[in-house]
Amino acid sequence: MTVKELLKLDEFEAVNISDDSRIIKGGYCGDLLSWVMGRAEEDNVFVTIMVNVNVIAVASLINVSCVVICENAELSDELINAAKQKEINLIKTPLASFEACACLSNLINA
Amino acid sequence: MSEAINFHYVVDGDDFTSAGEASVDIKRKLRQLGVDPAIIRRVSIAMYEGEVNMVIHADGGTVDVNVYEDKIEMILSDEGPGIVNVELAMKKGFSTAPDYVRSLGFGAGMGLPNMKSYTDGMQIDTKIGVGTTITMVVNLK
Repeated sequence: MTVKELLKLDEFEAVNISDDSRIIKGGYCGDLLSWVMGRAEEDNVFVTIMVNVNVIAVASLINVSCVVICENAELSDELINAAKQKEINLIKTPLASFEACACLSNLINA
Repeated sequence: MSEAINFHYVVDGDDFTSAGEASVDIKRKLRQLGVDPAIIRRVSIAMYEGEVNMVIHADGGTVDVNVYEDKIEMILSDEGPGIVNVELAMKKGFSTAPDYVRSLGFGAGMGLPNMKSYTDGMQIDTKIGVGTTITMVVNLK
């Protein structure tokens, strides 16, 4: 599945999209960034409720295909600008992490 | 042996959110040098954890990255309080980070263990009240 395909769903809203052709191969969900860095893999979707700019640095280092921020957590301009600058696909959803992952898992394995 | 390529960074201790600037930059530099992406990932993640540690515990510091023909060496130096018990600090889940750091998603006690697991060699030289120097090596061959 590509980021573009994911964005066709109403639940997932684009905040910053730098490359919607990125392919999503699996995912990792977590809010403790060291765990995420230790476990997430390139081309994963990174699902979190964390909204500080370190999220973007971690996403960039791992080279995830996109970041999904759950529960419509409030996004600061600083975060959105960091995503733009580092060319990170940033998506938000009203779904809770569990529901978002269930949904993404179905889509990825479809 | 040919000379190493050196990159020097100063890590600002005041700004937690800017931690990672050096690691993201080194990632770009190594890509330009044509280093294997899997190696770049290991180097930049290990370095990011080190940067975050310096910001949390030591009011910043410096990072020197030396790229040799056969290895990449990262030397992270700070003038912080030093690590009281290195063995304990290396344990997964052990952390002395303050609560505000946890609210930012760090302080899970995974920093040093991640740094060790992502590198081929790590040495910690620390002195209480003087500072800490961590040298990490990732082999290129």
